[in-house]
Formats: sequence, structure tokens, C-alpha cells
Amino acid sequence: MTTTTAPAAETAATKPLPRQPWNRHLLAIAVLTVLLIPLPLILPPAQASVAVRVLIFALMSIGWNMMSGFGGMFSFGHAAYFGIGAYAGGYLLVEHDVSPWIGMLVGMAVAAAFATLIGFLALRYKLRGAYFALATFAFAEMLRLWATNSEFVNRAVGYHVPLRPESSWWWLQFEPSSANYFWIALGLTVIALVVSVQFVRSRAGQFAKAARDDEDAAAAVGIPVMRYKLLTMALSAAITAVAGAFYVQYFLFIDPDLAFGSSVSIQAILPAVIGGVATIWGPVIGAVVMGPLNDVTATILRNPPPALEFLQGRGGLDVIVYGVLLIIIVLLLPQGIYGALRKRWSRR
Amino acid sequence: MTSASDQDHVAAGNGGGVAALDPDEVRASPARTVPWLRIAVIVALVVVAIVLAYVRAGSSVVVVQAVTTGILIGGVYGLVAMGLTLIFGVLDIVNFAHGSFLALALFLTFGLTQAGLHVYLALAISVPAMFLLGVLVQRGILAGAMGKPLENQLLITLGISLIIENALLLFFGANPRSVALSGDRGVPIFEAVANLSRILAFVGALLLAGLLYLLLQRTRLGTAIRAVAANDTGAQLVGIDTRVIYAVTFALGTACAGAAGTLVAPLVTIEPTTGSLFNIVAFVVVVLGGMGNVVGALVGGLIIGLAEQLGGIYLPGQSPLLSVFIVFVLVLFLRPQGLFRRSA
Repeated sequence: MTTTTAPAAETAATKPLPRQPWNRHLLAIAVLTVLLIPLPLILPPAQASVAVRVLIFALMSIGWNMMSGFGGMFSFGHAAYFGIGAYAGGYLLVEHDVSPWIGMLVGMAVAAAFATLIGFLALRYKLRGAYFALATFAFAEMLRLWATNSEFVNRAVGYHVPLRPESSWWWLQFEPSSANYFWIALGLTVIALVVSVQFVRSRAGQFAKAARDDEDAAAAVGIPVMRYKLLTMALSAAITAVAGAFYVQYFLFIDPDLAFGSSVSIQAILPAVIGGVATIWGPVIGAVVMGPLNDVTATILRNPPPALEFLQGRGGLDVIVYGVLLIIIVLLLPQGIYGALRKRWSRR
Repeated sequence: MTSASDQDHVAAGNGGGVAALDPDEVRASPARTVPWLRIAVIVALVVVAIVLAYVRAGSSVVVVQAVTTGILIGGVYGLVAMGLTLIFGVLDIVNFAHGSFLALALFLTFGLTQAGLHVYLALAISVPAMFLLGVLVQRGILAGAMGKPLENQLLITLGISLIIENALLLFFGANPRSVALSGDRGVPIFEAVANLSRILAFVGALLLAGLLYLLLQRTRLGTAIRAVAANDTGAQLVGIDTRVIYAVTFALGTACAGAAGTLVAPLVTIEPTTGSLFNIVAFVVVVLGGMGNVVGALVGGLIIGLAEQLGGIYLPGQSPLLSVFIVFVLVLFLRPQGLFRRSA
């Protein structure tokens, strides 16, 4: 395989690829970052926490998008990686007094290893389409069931992050309303975005996309399909694990359902689908749409209009809206919001 | 291969396995053959599993109880999975909303029994209601995505399940409810005891499964459904209205979920999330039986019912679902074409 890689790379390099505005993407990320930095100082605390949630959604979904969008392997089990990140952080912090930053790195490594294992098995046995999605789902559910019943990770109780007397960057803990949480989440999201831009423009990313579009052709020109698919999955899992590790530090609490539940997998899928699958900005746009919905519906249900008086204090409306949004997007804007906008701009 | 008169409706002269709905399946088995060897192997595996459970538990009562409970609930799993596999075989849709239809039927049954109706009479309402809802969902939402990539349909059904499940949560709250069957009592079977409601659910599920099988094999509608499953273009060319068949098939599938929902109403705690449990199990059963294989789904249901109960003996302290997933992953990797299909 290695002997055939070189000519394949050569042809890839000599044949002009359709020009992608990679540097413009990077520039846009830089500009947006600078614009967003003062945000938590302007927003009231309640809104600032919504902004943090948006960033967590975005981070999860950037990870999902890498594997399922650019890699073309539809994952219905990203809760596995989110949960591994969350539990690695929680376990090391609570049981061994290890800094959450190290827990985050460990979580990334374990999630990447787990994804590589699942990916290897799934690719080795040639699972495709629905079967692949169901296999990823099964692994996430197995982790949830195992965590729920295992003393090793505190069973269904999960972990509470111990509160510290003073703020600390090393322990990733600040005043609940501190802007630092937003800045950290922003930093992590920006890193994930840059990584995904660099990945997609890199040779590895182009190979992964080639394998997605036509696996046989990609293999025929000498691309080691398995290697690049596994690389894509590992990277995707690591990014989603970061979201999990940060989630624990921000909400100070994790349990098997919050970490590995199928709703977590859905939360990783929705932003990318709403914003635009296999686009750099899709997950971010989708997260901006989804993040605040939760608060809007909660406000409506707290003081419902008279006709809906009986719904006061009930939950579930936010997810109903997600569901409706999902169906509308898939039926009417299959490219997502960003995809539809891009099409309109390029036509002009 | 039901009768010669039906053959002229089936353009793509399919041989037809045992109620095989997936085109690959039809191609794989040119003649009607019963895979005796495979059945023997599966029976042997089940026997080994039971013996091992006996060794592990060390008491026959525990094992007999587990086998009885497993088979009884397995029949219901089979009915749920038949609907799911029918939808997959004909419409090529991985229906994530299947369990939420079941949950809807559960709540409908709860409402009807609160209104004074007997549980099993509620079938007469829940089944047609879920059939109708199936037609509406297919025509109104899914029809727009036919022929699109698999992910699109998966996401749409996911959206539908989110809406149904959370609408139930919104309107009924998260408090668990239950339906009582008057005159429910324990019935001794060998050394085991099973609730009457459980036995009735099993019998009802088997009866309905048999009816569905007859419908598919012996009626013009069933022949048309199988024709569309085998080759939708061919079916269209001989004058079958595929849009109607798609709608009817989806509706039959949701009606199965609806019937199962009513049948298990006295057995389970009625919550918005109860359906998703059945959904997970149904996926496992469908893959086990071979996607699109209706009879395989029923057999797979029984096997998974057993696996769930015996798993509780093998892995004490773990959730019984864990063993279901272990079986699932093994089947996915080793026999993704299902137990009853030859590898391509």
C-alpha cells in the first residue's frame, strides 16, 4: 500500500482541486473570535450561560461532522465519545485529584482509541449505512448500561465535581457567572474549528473525502482507505470528548444518561444537520440556532398563554421544536442553513 | 411463490423466500428452501445457552422462569420487529419512530381503559388509529424524502420520534402510569409462574403476527407489497400504485407497533420513554432476523427475549439490555445479513 501512496499523492497534487477558500475560513474564524471575546462582558449572566451552551453544542457537532459529514460515516453514537470525555475528566478529578485539563487529554485519547476500535471492527466487517449507524448506537448504549451498573464509575450516581474555595485555571473552576468559562469554551471551539479546516484541506482530509465519495475508486488509486477513515473517526471522537470534559467542569455534574444517553448523540447530530452537514460552519450555525431554543421554550412554559395554562412547568417543548426543525430542514433545506446560503451566494 | 395466479402481478419474477421482503433476499434464495441446517444450529445454540445458564444459576426454577418470561415477551418483540422490518423491506427506511408509535398506543390504551374500556377491546381502536396515523405520517412527511439518501429518512423518523415522545411528556408529564387487567393472576407453567396478562400478550402477538403473514402471503395486497419490495420499478410497470403500497406498508408497520403497545400495556410502566426501549430491542431483532425478513423478525424476537432473560443470569447486576446489545454487536459483525440469509 505504501508504495502506491506516493503516485496517488502526486496526481492529487498535480490535478488542480476545486479552489476552496480555506484561508478565508481561517480569517473568518479569527475575526469572529475577536468579535466574540467581549461577549460575556456585555451579556447578562443568564444569556452568557446560553452562549456557553451554544459553544458546547458546536464543539460536539464539529466532532460529529468530521466523521459523519466529511468522512461520510453516519454516527448515531457520538454520546460514546462525549461520555468518555466527561467520565475521564470526572473520574480522574474525583477519584484521583487530577486536573481536568489532564482529564480532558486522557478523555480525548481514550475516546480516539475507542473510536478506532469501533471503526476497525465496523470497517473490517464492512458495515455500511444503517448497519454502521446502528453499530455506533449500540456501542454508546452499551457504555451507558455498563456505566449505570458499574461500581467503578459510581453506577447511576455519576460524579459531582468538588467545589473549591477559590477560582483556579488549573482546576478549571471559577465563579458560576465568570466569563472565563465562556472564553475557555470559545478557545476550545476555535481550536476545533481550525483543526477541522486544516484537516479538510490536508491530504488526509482529501483522502477521507475521496473514500467517502467513492471508496472503490479511492482504493484503486492507492489510498489506504481504512487508515484514513480510522484517522477521521479518531479525530472526530477526540473533539467530541473535549466537549464532554468541558461539560462536566461547567455543569459540575455527570451521570450515565447525561453522558451516554441517546439524546446526547442526537444533540451532536442536530446542529450539523441544521447548519449544514460536511461544511465547516454548519455545526456552529446550527448550534447558534439550537442553543437558545431551550431557554425560549422554558420561558414560554413558565408563563404559558392562557390557552396552554395546563402545560405550565412541563418539559419537552424544546425537543419538540428540535424535532420539527429537524424534519423541516431535512425536507426543505437538505444542505442545511449554511449550505443553502452558500448556494444562493455562489449563484449570484 | 404463494399461488400461480398471483405471479402475473410480480414483474420481477421473484422466487420469494419465506416472506422475504428484501430484494437481496429474493435473489439469494432462488427456490423455496427451509434452511434446516441453520435452524438446527440456532436451536442448538439456544439449548447450549440454556444449559450454561443452568450451570451458572445452579437451580432449574430460575432458568425455567427465565426461559418462560423470555419466550413470552419475545413474542411481543417479534410483533414490534415485524412492523419495523416490513417498513425497512418495502420503504428502505430505518424507522427510528417505531418505538414512539408504540408509546403513543400505550397512552391511548391508558386513556381508553380510564374511560372504562377493557384493555383488549382497546385493540379495536388503537390498531386502526395507529394505522391511520401511519398513513398520515408516510404521506405527509416521509413521502417527500423517498429515494433520498438513507440518512435523510433516518433523521426524519428521528425527528418524528422526538416530537411524539416529547409531546407525550409535555401533555402527560413524566409520572409513570399503569393499566390494570382485572382478573390478572399468576399462571403456573412447569416450575415457573407467568402472569395471565403476559401470556395473553404473547398469544395476541402471535395471532396478529400470523394474520400479518397471511396478509402478505395470501392476498393481492400482500403480493403487491412483496412485489414493491422486490422491485418497485417493475411493480409500477405492471400497474401497482407504489405510492399507495408505501403508505399502506408503513401504516401496517405502525399498526403492529400500536397492537404491541396495547398488548403490553398491562405489563409495563407507561412512560413517554417506554417506547424507545422497545425500539432498541426491535432494531436488534430486525438485524438478527435479517432486515426485511418478516418471519425472521418473529424468530429473532423470541431469541432476543431469551437472550435478555438469560443475560440477567450470566451477568448478574448488569442491565438485561446489555446482553441484548452484546448479541446485537456479535450479529452485526458476524452475520449482518441476519441469521436466515445466506451470505452474498
